[in-house]
Amino acid sequence: MTLPNLETVGGGDVRIALIGSGPSGFYTTEALFRSGAPVAVDMFERLPVPYGLVRFGVAPDHPKLKQVTATFDRIAKTPGFRFVGGVTVGRDVTVDELRESYDAVVMATGADVSRSLGIQGEALAGSHHAGDFVAWYNGHPDFGDLRFDLDHEAATIIGHGNVALDVARILAKTADELRKTDIASHALEVLAESRIREIHIVGRGTPAQAKFSSKELRDFLELRECVALIEGNGITPEDFEAENPDDPEMSDKLSLLKAFSQQAPTKPRRCFFRFGLSPRSIKGRQQVETISFARRSGSAEEDIACGLVFSSVGRRTAPIAGVPYDEHRGVHANVDGRVMAGNSAIDGLYVCGWSKRGSNGTIGTSRGCGIATAEAILADLLRRRRSCLGTPDALLARLAARVPRIVSYGDWTTLDAAEKRRGAVIGKPREKFVSIPAMLAAMNA
Amino acid sequence: MTYVVTDNCRGCRFTECVTVCPVECFHLDDTMTYIDPENCIDCGGCAPACPVGAIEPDYRLAADKKFWIDINRKRAAETPVISARLPPLPGADERRQALGR
Repeated sequence: MTLPNLETVGGGDVRIALIGSGPSGFYTTEALFRSGAPVAVDMFERLPVPYGLVRFGVAPDHPKLKQVTATFDRIAKTPGFRFVGGVTVGRDVTVDELRESYDAVVMATGADVSRSLGIQGEALAGSHHAGDFVAWYNGHPDFGDLRFDLDHEAATIIGHGNVALDVARILAKTADELRKTDIASHALEVLAESRIREIHIVGRGTPAQAKFSSKELRDFLELRECVALIEGNGITPEDFEAENPDDPEMSDKLSLLKAFSQQAPTKPRRCFFRFGLSPRSIKGRQQVETISFARRSGSAEEDIACGLVFSSVGRRTAPIAGVPYDEHRGVHANVDGRVMAGNSAIDGLYVCGWSKRGSNGTIGTSRGCGIATAEAILADLLRRRRSCLGTPDALLARLAARVPRIVSYGDWTTLDAAEKRRGAVIGKPREKFVSIPAMLAAMNA
Repeated sequence: MTYVVTDNCRGCRFTECVTVCPVECFHLDDTMTYIDPENCIDCGGCAPACPVGAIEPDYRLAADKKFWIDINRKRAAETPVISARLPPLPGADERRQALGR
């Protein structure tokens, strides 16, 4: 990236407030520091722990992906970086207040809100958002008290993305396959008692249109007690032929699905991939009993009997006061990372990651995205530096009186070590603290 | 598993992969980039970013390309990390067209 010479703007370090501590927040921070400009970054996080979806989204049985946190820790060690944990922007401090004390404010708030199916029966007991289940088994403090009743024979997951596959895989695995992961212990206890033997992964499109990746699909060949199958109604052998044989990802995905279609149900748990079905309604007296789908081709309806349904049809960014919202895209209103009020950019307000471009792409995609946002910030600062009424230190001093504790990266390091120690005793990489009071207590221990 | 850079990179070296690698596991020499299998976290971000389709997961490599796994491991150990994108090699666009990409 071209290095703007920010020395010329004067006024000492450029002070940046970044809201959110997931991948995009860290990569935007990294790009700002790497620019060579004299920047200082305060990373605000409402929880006492960093890493966003790497901690609360990435599945517990995908530990290699979590090694990316070593990179985040390295970025956090850069002089000029401060973690400001336990502070909720929008409640403890407003975006406008931050803008008064920082040269630039960057939203890196992700996409926390699960989209709804918008069909009848969605509020019945046993109907859940996949994202809530993911946050629950990953020990997110806001979801630790949720109850999932797995005392049913069948579960249905609506959606054909990688989150749908995560949910299906966690349901498909035995407790022994999960015991040595960093899954929250409350979740492991419930999953160990699960009666679910039949999992349906249902999508509107064809096999080629499914958004999940071949790498995640491949995991279904390795399950100890579960076999992946295709529910063939409406599927022809041609549906597994790639239109463009030069697309290795597509060819791989379709050949895996084809292999599923030829497997025999030889294991006690079965995972059915089903295509071309749009959900119409969820039915049941007290709780979910069946889901009705419309077949994409023709008007036929098809019912799936199940006691549990997880909708996994995408996520939206949570709106926040002081930041215009793009209802259509479900993100903070922006053009290339500059937050927009109508047709004009709001001075000193930026966005990166999923809250900029929507919930798609891998961790690496957020790195490229963060670099782009950092470039926009620095280009604007080079052109004109806003005058700030206050300073970050004065603001943080005021904040200290408003929250129980401002959590530093050092505090997190203490908590991190405590979680690893707890885990080591029972053969897990870590045993997460789930409630915020427990986290804060471990920091003081 | 790991992801692996293969022959299509030779003579192009677009380095789009470097921008999207979350763990900086790309190395390079004068002809191409290599992935350090010890640091790759299998996120898969790089494979679709490559303009010439040079990057594949190891399990997907054809038998006659498996040797790239060892080359990546060996060359990554011998060459420096590349942390920011570089201009492609001269003639990269012509080579991309020749590869039908």
